[in-house]
Amino acid sequence: MTKEECKQLVLEIIADIAPDEDISDVKSDVALREQLELDSMDFLDIVMEIRKKYGIEVPEDDYPQLESLDSSAEYLTPKFNSVKA
Amino acid sequence: MLDDRIVITGIGLTAPNGNTLAEFRKNLVEGVARIQMLDRRYIGPVAAGVCDYDARKYQTRKEIRKGTRAGSIAIYCAREAVANCGIDWDKVDESRVGIYLGITEHGNVETENEVFNISQYEYDTRFWSHHHNPRTVANNPAGEVSMNMHITGPHYTIGAACAAGNAGLIQGLQMLRLGDVDFALGGGVSESIHTFGIFAGFKSQGALAHHEDPNKASRPFDVARNGIVVSEGGCIYTLERLDDAKKRGATIIAEIVGYALNSDAKDAVLPDPGQQSKCILASIERAGLSPSDIDIVSTHATATPQGDIHECQALREVFKDCPDTYINNTKSFIGHAMGAAGALELAGNIPSFEDGIVHPSINIDQLDEQCQLPNLVINEPKKLPEVNTILNNSFGMLGINSSLVIKRFTED
Repeated sequence: MTKEECKQLVLEIIADIAPDEDISDVKSDVALREQLELDSMDFLDIVMEIRKKYGIEVPEDDYPQLESLDSSAEYLTPKFNSVKA
Repeated sequence: MLDDRIVITGIGLTAPNGNTLAEFRKNLVEGVARIQMLDRRYIGPVAAGVCDYDARKYQTRKEIRKGTRAGSIAIYCAREAVANCGIDWDKVDESRVGIYLGITEHGNVETENEVFNISQYEYDTRFWSHHHNPRTVANNPAGEVSMNMHITGPHYTIGAACAAGNAGLIQGLQMLRLGDVDFALGGGVSESIHTFGIFAGFKSQGALAHHEDPNKASRPFDVARNGIVVSEGGCIYTLERLDDAKKRGATIIAEIVGYALNSDAKDAVLPDPGQQSKCILASIERAGLSPSDIDIVSTHATATPQGDIHECQALREVFKDCPDTYINNTKSFIGHAMGAAGALELAGNIPSFEDGIVHPSINIDQLDEQCQLPNLVINEPKKLPEVNTILNNSFGMLGINSSLVIKRFTED
């Protein structure tokens, strides 16, 4: 999986948990919470969906890694690839 | 000195056969029931009352996803009531508004969903939702209204089994009289059809209705009645002290003049007609009236074989010398809306103050002799010269009884 593909997967999850948001113009390098109405429970939803859909565990200490699409891709892509392998 | 007179100034509701009071009332007068078969996990098809209000009218998609059905119903009803009462909401001090909602139960739906959810993951509790606790706290439906409408006054629910709809109204009235709030949202809500447990529980108890035509499944007082049709729904009233309502030029729908709550203290499910009649009488006495002053009695009867007989005993005792008192039932149209039942059943009768019509109790093909009541309005509406008073009964498990008396508003 490439980092771009990983960003796409994260965006798909966000589309489900924040269905009122326009996600067509989310900037990769800007914090998600600065662009979208996401609260702490929404971030836990993202973590839960990653766990459910892809079997990837994001420990609490690593939550800051999901701040933006870029940081999410940086953090998650190796995990996706190791799960696939 | 606070004005002790408390009036209803707005009504918002959703019932299986109507999403406004006008639509609900029209169907009650015209004899239109709306019950359908619903396929529930584990138990299969059951007769149920389902609401089709537009949740998106007042909620974002995210609010709907994160919240509960009871919360969504409550938000719809509260906002409809506020719109109906004509108040300029921007000028309302939100810290002086109270939300008091009756519930039969809350949290079973969400808990069952989560147990089912983790069953898909070999019962690994890492998959249990972080939304579970905010969804299942008992104040959830009232709390969702508070957040949606930015109401910063008190909000809580009143658990009173199926007497809860009346209890929500009574709580609102009391808080206005105490001066704790200046504007109250009181009533009841229910989401119970979204869990199998309530159906299975009634079935095990021998109290779940069944009929090949779902619209005929809820048949209080009929000899062939065989139990309860569970429904969802909600009904919330805006309540104000009379002088506040008059000051802002509100249209006054009715005045709450009497109420009573008591307990059987006997049996978890079998009602006690003696305590019920005491409750009914106490509400009438508190209103400064006598039984013969009551024009309409809206019964609680749920169509269980024993429950209906017991309520009829209580009613015969209280209204034995009341040739002008007429009696009806709403569950025959919409099933049993649990925490919402009392509030909804009262609302459906309120337009009688305007049109003088008593809506009927339907689905009575053969009246059970033990449910004979003077002036039971059967299958066809009854036109009266005038309706000035309505008494609304709501009783619940663990022997909780409630009666509410409202009057057409007059200045004196």
